[in-house]
Amino acid sequence: METFLQQTLNGLVSGSIYALVALGYTMVYGILGLINFAHGDLLMVGALVALQTVTLLNAAVPGLHPVILLLAGVAVAVPVCMAVGYLIERIGYRRLRNAPRLAPLITAIGVSFLLQTLAMIIWGREFHVFPQLVSTTPMEPMAGVVVSPLQIFTIVVAFALMGGLMLLVNKSRLGRAMRATAENHRVAGLMGINANGVIAATFIIGSGLAALAGVLFASNYAIAHYAMGFTPGLKAFTAAVLGGIGNLPGAMVGGLVLGLVESFGAGYIEHLTFGFLNSSYQDIFAFVILGAVLIFRPSGLLGERVADRA
Amino acid sequence: MPTENSVSNQSPILEVRGLKVAYGGIQAVKGIDLTLRKGELVSLIGANGAGKTTTLNTLAGVVPHNGGDILYAGQEIGKLPSHLRLRKGLALVPEGRGIFTRLTVAENLQTGAYTRRDTDGIAADMEKVFALLPRVKERLNQVAGTLSGGEQQMVAIGRALLSRPQVLLLDEPSMGLAPLVVEKIFEVIHSITREGMGVLLVEQNANLALEVSERAYVMEGGRVTLEGTGKALLDDPKVRSAYLGEDIEELAAA
Ligand SMILES: Nc1ncnc2c1ncn2[C@@H]1O[C@H](COP(=O)(O)OP(=O)(O)OP(=O)(O)O)[C@@H](O)[C@H]1O
Ligand SMILES: [Mg+2]
Repeated sequence: METFLQQTLNGLVSGSIYALVALGYTMVYGILGLINFAHGDLLMVGALVALQTVTLLNAAVPGLHPVILLLAGVAVAVPVCMAVGYLIERIGYRRLRNAPRLAPLITAIGVSFLLQTLAMIIWGREFHVFPQLVSTTPMEPMAGVVVSPLQIFTIVVAFALMGGLMLLVNKSRLGRAMRATAENHRVAGLMGINANGVIAATFIIGSGLAALAGVLFASNYAIAHYAMGFTPGLKAFTAAVLGGIGNLPGAMVGGLVLGLVESFGAGYIEHLTFGFLNSSYQDIFAFVILGAVLIFRPSGLLGERVADRA
Repeated sequence: MPTENSVSNQSPILEVRGLKVAYGGIQAVKGIDLTLRKGELVSLIGANGAGKTTTLNTLAGVVPHNGGDILYAGQEIGKLPSHLRLRKGLALVPEGRGIFTRLTVAENLQTGAYTRRDTDGIAADMEKVFALLPRVKERLNQVAGTLSGGEQQMVAIGRALLSRPQVLLLDEPSMGLAPLVVEKIFEVIHSITREGMGVLLVEQNANLALEVSERAYVMEGGRVTLEGTGKALLDDPKVRSAYLGEDIEELAAA
């Protein structure tokens, strides 16, 4: 029982990060029918920009409270990622909107390489230690479960962001315009909605979420690296497909389910494979799930929302 | 809003000169002239494939043109994207309605008022739409994709009205609807022109369109081949045989 609760908690932590990134994939897919494979790398950009900010600030003004450092890191990383996301759409994808589907897909992969290479030039190839700005010291065990403030922080922040996004999409004027544009660009234009603006806003919002996910991810693993976006990006994509790509609640459910499956899988993989594999193979689960979903239920758990454009 | 009926001496709100539209190499509209004044109901009739939808889509900025001018209130708008034409006051209810099937009826109506910030004005116009189309009010929280065809058409019209257009382009609002619903929709169209809106109506139901329109254009193969008052065209033997389903012999016998 204790292991069960512990694995659930661990799964929720990584799952809520996957969910934040998955939302970016699914929003862009919903509105453009495009898999933005560069999205995972925005998580990396967010983490490294935050790290850079924290390092510089700490050197300039020593002794600042970690929370201030964290907020400063986020305050720089989020707008930088939003700007990068906007530029990717504006320069890379916009002109390809009516091109055959393969063209934007290949562009996306190219953008991903570009971001990683730029990050490698700026921050080098080495792993950087991401400072513990929120304590990772476990608190008093509750019901036998070991929880750190950082884990609680991660879950709370991620859920708050998801709730905020759902409010934005379902209740605001911009959200309505996003949903209208996702359904039909042409008719949205006839309603006075500037589809280009709405698409740009979608990229900007998704990139902001990726930046925050990057800070959370780097905090939890205490590490930042130019290629760190690849694996969580692929897992978040898996989560989006699992939940039904284009479907926002699906991306959240998919992210959490994937986090939980991984966590339980890592806990029991040794038993399952009679000691052949150990918990360092937990990444296997994401890709087994991706394969299985694509074969048995390509529309995902909650159903695909295909962008039906005119 | 002006409610005067003598519209003929006003300068037109919409003026189209020599409009040409091509799809790839195929010229679908081959240089047509149209005018529409405030408060006027003008219809555009013609056989399938004559270029009516193409014309309306081009006026609304959904399809680009390759010749001619589109003047709205005296200003050239031919290069503006559709969302900016709507902001000027030119709305289109497209062929096939184009409602947002995944949004609720209320949300569809709200997208119609997307460009407006006057909350009170929007609320007042909502009430007007409900008065014109009571059925819409009953269905506000229903997902629009589950509405019947007639209800969808009403939502599409109500949604367009919420942008408070000066010019409303309607592409076959009667398509697929029961006669009673068609009658209702034509009543609505009539009452909005009385408020000063100019309406350009494309209709397969030529008889009905000509009866209610002040003026009409007949399109054939991308050209306007006839124009005149609704009554004159109703009495025109060519129109009667081609669009009102009457035999020439029958006419000759009469
Ligand atoms: N997207 C398109 N690509 C190529 N050709 C098109 C396109 N849309 C319309 N056409 C062609 O242009 C011509 C005019 O079509 P349009 O839809 O304007 O006719 P219409 O008068 O509205 O007909 P209907 O009464 O059947 O609605 C037709 O020959 C049609 O095949
Ligand atoms: Mg048509």
